[in-house]
Amino acid sequence: MMALVLFAGLLGAWQLYADLGNVDDLILPAPAQIATALWDDRALLWHNLLVTAQEVALGILAALVLGLACAAALHFSRVLRHATYPLLVASQAVPVVVIAPLLIVWLGFGIAPKIAIVALVCFFPIVVTTLDALSRVDPDTLKLMRTLDASRWTAFRFAEAPAALPAALSGAKIAVAIAVIGAVFAEYAGSSDGLGHLILQSIPQLETARAWAAVVVLAAFAVALFYALDLVQRRLVPWTSTERPL
Amino acid sequence: MGSDREQAVVVQRATRRFGSVTALADVTLQVATGEVVAVVGPSGCGKSTLLELVCGLESPDEGTVTAAPAALMAQRDLLLPWASALDNAALPLRVHGAGRREARAAAAPTFAAFGLAGFEGSRPAQLSGGMRQRVAFLRTLLAGKPVLCLDEPFAALDAIARAEMQAWLAAALERWAHTDPATPTATPAAAGGGSARTVLLVTHDVEEAVLLADRVVVLSPRPGRVVAELPVDLPRPRAATDPGVVVLRAAALDVLRSAPVAAAR
Repeated sequence: MMALVLFAGLLGAWQLYADLGNVDDLILPAPAQIATALWDDRALLWHNLLVTAQEVALGILAALVLGLACAAALHFSRVLRHATYPLLVASQAVPVVVIAPLLIVWLGFGIAPKIAIVALVCFFPIVVTTLDALSRVDPDTLKLMRTLDASRWTAFRFAEAPAALPAALSGAKIAVAIAVIGAVFAEYAGSSDGLGHLILQSIPQLETARAWAAVVVLAAFAVALFYALDLVQRRLVPWTSTERPL
Repeated sequence: MGSDREQAVVVQRATRRFGSVTALADVTLQVATGEVVAVVGPSGCGKSTLLELVCGLESPDEGTVTAAPAALMAQRDLLLPWASALDNAALPLRVHGAGRREARAAAAPTFAAFGLAGFEGSRPAQLSGGMRQRVAFLRTLLAGKPVLCLDEPFAALDAIARAEMQAWLAAALERWAHTDPATPTATPAAAGGGSARTVLLVTHDVEEAVLLADRVVVLSPRPGRVVAELPVDLPRPRAATDPGVVVLRAAALDVLRSAPVAAAR
């Protein structure tokens, strides 16, 4: 409710600034114009959203699968952890803007490099939060598992993995926002559709309102994805949600 | 007591050090099969270390520890917050390879005997402290090991819940005492009523020790060594106000107070 009031206030201020501030429509369209563009271009926006959404969803999925597997492997092997942690950090430090065109050259013009780029930017937060949670599992609980004759794998399955699940999902939630940015940069680097591509095309065509409309759709998509993951988190790990209502 | 009986736990001159700290020094202790032995001592006297030695979680630096397979129940219940009470109790069965349904079916009949009927599906956060300890105790029983090591099992509870749990455990121990001590329970189904178990109870509460145990072993402050063994030949059920209990508690407290304060700290 508070979020809605704040949002309406910001929109009103923007509209007032655009109406009274004598700003050129082509430079900063007013919210009303963006709303019109949203309606007029709805078919175009929808088509491009589907493309971007697919890239983001598949990218996050790939990052989740690889990230969870990687976190488990690093958790089990101290040697592997020490050997690959610098690489992991490096994977996050590489600027997407730089790597995206290179990946397009390597993987082609299709959806593959987009998925790779989204997965690349999402991988790190998922691995780090999961690995951290795995290393924080109560040592007394692990001792308990030992007295129950649990093998390393059994202890992981019954005690460590469920304990780390909330953190893994939190990592995925962090990843959602940057996943959208990653997808846009990937489309900038070379694509024939998608919301990032649409924004890139609309600006030189002086369709500023359309570009803003695409930005609005992107933002709304990221918010929707975030809350969808939040819902998944509540369903999958209900024992934590009682303490922290969002 | 019990020199003619089979020994479930034999600790021979065991010493355990952690770095420069000696937690246990030259401890010798025997627990006969079916016997309930309480170990009392001040905080930090190595009581928990003694249990970890018996459970095989630690090895002594000197001396030997031989024990039948032992299950440990810690002061903290250590229930898995995401699992129901029933699944928590059934955890040892799952760990040993039973399927979810099979493990639940084996654990469910024990809930009524533990005053937990109706709470099978509750998560630990929805249970009272006493109930959580009972689920933890049930889990320890379902591990199916002949020796139970209880490490301050009720210390985290408030006074009323602790008194309730002591009475409840005393009754459970008595039930076991009247069954054949030669057959340690290995089958989960028998865990609720069950046959004789060997119990090694560690506590800093002398009254709890006297109420529950057949024999009380007193450890000195760190490094822990055995300074007295007091047999408790009192009829059960016992109450804290029974003259015999009062006398023994006073005797144990005397030993604790006069125990030499160790130089090594």
